[in-house]
This record gives sequence, structure tokens and C-alpha cells, in this order.
Amino acid sequence: MTTTIATPATKAGDIPPEVSDRTRAENRLGMKLVAPALIVMLVVTAFPILRALWLSFYNYSLTAPEDRQFVGIDNYVTALTDSLFWRDIGMTVIYMLVTVAFELVIGFAFAMIMHRVIFARGVIRTSILIPYGIITVVSGFAWQFAFTYQNGFVNGWLPFVSADFNWFGDTVPAVIAIMVSEIWKTTPFMSLLLLAGLAQVSDDMIEAAKVDGATWWQRLFKVILPNMRAAIMVAVLFRALDAYRIFDNIFVMTAGAQNTESISFLTYRQSIEQFQLGMGSALAVLLFLSVLLVAFLIVKLFRVDLAQARGES
Amino acid sequence: MRKLALPLGVLLVMVWCLLPIAWIVSLSFKSQDAVSNGTDPGFLPLDSFTGWDNYTAVWDDDQFRRSIINSIGISLIATILSVALATLAAYAIARLEFKGKRFVLSTALAIAMFPVVSLVSPLFDLWRQFGLYDTWPGLIIPYMSFTLPLAIWTLSAFFREIPWEMEQAAQVDGATSWQAFRKVIVPLAAPGVFTAAILTFFFAWNDFVFGITLTSTEAARPIPAALSFFVGPDPFQRPAGLLAAAAVIATIPIVIIVLLFQRKIVAGLTSGAVKG
Repeated sequence: MTTTIATPATKAGDIPPEVSDRTRAENRLGMKLVAPALIVMLVVTAFPILRALWLSFYNYSLTAPEDRQFVGIDNYVTALTDSLFWRDIGMTVIYMLVTVAFELVIGFAFAMIMHRVIFARGVIRTSILIPYGIITVVSGFAWQFAFTYQNGFVNGWLPFVSADFNWFGDTVPAVIAIMVSEIWKTTPFMSLLLLAGLAQVSDDMIEAAKVDGATWWQRLFKVILPNMRAAIMVAVLFRALDAYRIFDNIFVMTAGAQNTESISFLTYRQSIEQFQLGMGSALAVLLFLSVLLVAFLIVKLFRVDLAQARGES
Repeated sequence: MRKLALPLGVLLVMVWCLLPIAWIVSLSFKSQDAVSNGTDPGFLPLDSFTGWDNYTAVWDDDQFRRSIINSIGISLIATILSVALATLAAYAIARLEFKGKRFVLSTALAIAMFPVVSLVSPLFDLWRQFGLYDTWPGLIIPYMSFTLPLAIWTLSAFFREIPWEMEQAAQVDGATSWQAFRKVIVPLAAPGVFTAAILTFFFAWNDFVFGITLTSTEAARPIPAALSFFVGPDPFQRPAGLLAAAAVIATIPIVIIVLLFQRKIVAGLTSGAVKG
């Protein structure tokens, strides 16, 4: 790119001045057009997170705002040395790993069905969008009532569970109930992303493998899955980060009882319920950093190329 | 056997998607007594059918009606504002060459991954100082920042597919630039903008974290938060039947939008996230 904007004389082969003027004008227009969106996004995220960082160095309780006091990294030390923090981090990672694994497998099965189906395409797509669109709180309630032994149907339908089994009386069953609700709601989203990836695998290749005598499983693992890798990785990345923030279902179904609390829930509880804004802010910063770490690990581990997935290169 | 696999699969998908919906509808017709005493367990309201009682009771509740109005108003305003700003940004990203394009896209992506709860404690404190706590703008502003990334990504994916040269072609054929824009570009871009608006609306309608933390009264509390705080006449027993009726009412707008625009929503979800 030449930078001869100021020189009026043009030699042959140089970019004519009107072109670089135009480039500059385009540059300016582009920046003007994105500025409002960028400013709004940054004002409501960057500014509060910086403020959270600042507040996290204080002992600041809303019930006694005058006693605000600089305590340095005390809040972080307290959080990081507390077993509650690590238990909630561990719980969150379990929620993330288990739900995403189930969503991936079930979502892929659904995507295969939707890909093959010719009749009733509209009906099946409409149904699959309903869990996606429904309020998470509503799905949380629906599943909570389904699992309660007084009036739910789950115990009656499961042969290996007694009629008065209390799903919310212990950690493992309560976590299962929360995960069922989460998986129910988000599998359709996963399956739609996988369906789009499936549509990009060329039929010729599958046909060729078939002619060469590959079995159904061989075609799936050697042809279909490798060719939709980018779509799978992006879907996993998006869903994993979303699952890591799990909050709504836990709030509605157990309110954190029976050790079902996630790291988001702990942060909420400290800052909003207990008015400990200093401690809450430190947890907010730690939550933010842990999300960055999870994103980094997924991108590195699975070598997700976001630009390639978007068709930019 | 092979022939049966596909129809069975379809049936399975449908049951998966609709079972909890059917269940919450069924629950909304059960009487409160039967639900809290557990006298009518099972799926259908066989012994405890109460007709529309739960619905009329919920509809007569002022707080519930207020929260529906709040949700519709706040989500619509946030959607309109964020789609308007996102359209400008996405146009620039799809059509112009400028510095900072990648920066905008990566900022949007980073914010989409941001843990919402991280913002709650600083915003709670800031909003109380600015007088935005428990107001409509106090929710619209955070909703915008979280719906913008989604809208920008969806729209820039859509706009990249538009053959922009057609605008010049129309001008060569004698159209003024306004005519060329209005008659050629607007019809091509409108479906994408509309799809982005639907997805944005879903996003705002579904929000829970901001709803419970940045409001305290019915002045601004949206429906998901109102549902979670809904107590009913007996504070010691969650009013399952009433809650189910309220949940069904809150779900109706989503079902209508899905029924009407199923094709567009699928296109929007997949193009924004996968195809590019």
C-alpha cells in the first residue's frame, strides 16, 4: 500500500490519488458506523469489569458502606484458600463437561435425523426451536415439578426408582435433575449447528466411500465427522462457555441447596444476597478469568480456528 | 427395520422437544390442592382438572400482568436499539475495508462469552448511584450490550451474502442512489435484519440474571424474574398450578414467533454461528 497521499503528481504505476482518498473515506466511514455499537458494548462490559477489579481490593459491604476499607488482595486470598470456592469450580466444570458431552451425542443424532428426513421437515424444525426459545426459568420449573415425588411423573415412569424417591434430597440426584433440564433446553441449539455442518459435507464423498465398501460406522468416523470438524468445534466452544455460566436452572431448581451451587451462583450469592460487594467483585473477577482460561484451553486443545469456521480464510 | 428407523427417530425428537411443554400445560390445569398434597400424581390432570381457574387467577394478579408488560416493553426496545446499531456495524464489516474490523468482531465474540454474573455486582452498585436501579433503561442498557454481539455476527454473516454490485448496476440503469438502495439493497437485507431481531428478542426475553439483580419491584421486573419470585397465596408451598399457568402464558409469544418464522430462525442461528 502506497502512502503518497500528499503528493499530487502521479507517476504511471502509482495508485491514483482519488483511490487512496477513497480508501481513507471508506476507512473513516467504517469506523463511524461501528463506533456506536462498539461504545455500547464496551461501556456496559469493560467499564463494570474494571470497576469490579477496583472494588475487589476493598472490604465493602452494602450494609455498612461507610466502613469501606482497602484490603489489597485479601479477598482473593480468602476466596482461593476456601474449599467452597474450589468445590463450586469443580461442580461447574462437571456441569460443563457432562452436559456438553450429552448434548454433542444427542444433538448429533438429532442432526442426522433432521438431515435425512424429507417429510414433516417444517414440523420437526418448529418443535426443535421450542426448547431453544423457551425461557430457561420455565424449563427449570417444568423439570423441577416433573422430578418432585409429590406430583411429578418421573418416578412413576422410571422402573428402577421408587415412587417416593426425593431427587432433591441429595447432591447426585439433584445435579442429575439440573443437568437434564439444561441438556433438554440446549440440545436443539447444538443439533441445529451440527445440522449446518452436516449440510456442508459433500454427498459425493459419502457416496464414494460407500462404493469403496466402507461400513456405516467407517463412513461416519472417517468421512462425515472429520469433514465437519470446524462446525463441531465451534458448537462445542460456544456451548461449553455457555454451560460454564450455568445459573438459571440451579436458582430455580435447588437454589444451590445440596451442594449443587456453581461458581456463578456463588458470585451472585456473595454480592446480591449478602451485599458483600468487595468479596463479590473478587469472585466476579475470578469467574471472568476462569472463563478466559476455559476458552483458551478449548481453543488450544481442539485447535479451533474461528476465522476458518466463519469462512474468512 | 431400517425403514422404521427414521420415523421412529422423528418421533423421538418430537417427544423430546414437546414432552416438558405438554407437562407444564397439563400441570396448569391441575388444582392447587391436588398438586401440593400429591393426590393426583402422574402426567395428566385426571382427578384434579380445574379448567381455566389457574389462568384467570394468574391473569388477575397485578404483579404478573406488570411483569409481562415490562418484559415485552424492555425486550422490544432493547431489540430495536441493538438491531439498529448492529445493522450499521454489520454493513461496515461486510462491505467496507477499514482498520479495526477484526477488533470489532473479536470484541463482540469476547463479550458473547462473557460471564454475565461477573457484571452483576459492579452494575448493581453503579445503577444504584445513577438512579438506574429498578428502571426500564437499567435493564435495556445491559441487554443491548449482550444482544449486540449476537446481532452483529448474525447480520454480518447475512450481509456478506448480499450481491452489493447490484446497487451499482441499478444506478447504471438510471436509478438514483436512493432508489437503488431502497429498491435493491433494502429488500435483500431486510430478511436478515428481521431474523437478527427475532433472535435478539429471544435473548432479551430469556434473560434472568439481570432481571433478578437489577430490579426490586414490579416497576421493571421482567417475567422470568417475576416467575421465580412468584409466591402465591401460601408462602410455604410453591403454587405449582399457578406457576405453570404463568409459565404457559410467558411461553405463548415464543411459540407464536417460532411457528411463524421457523425457517428464518434456523437460517439465522446457523449462519451466525457456523457458516460465516
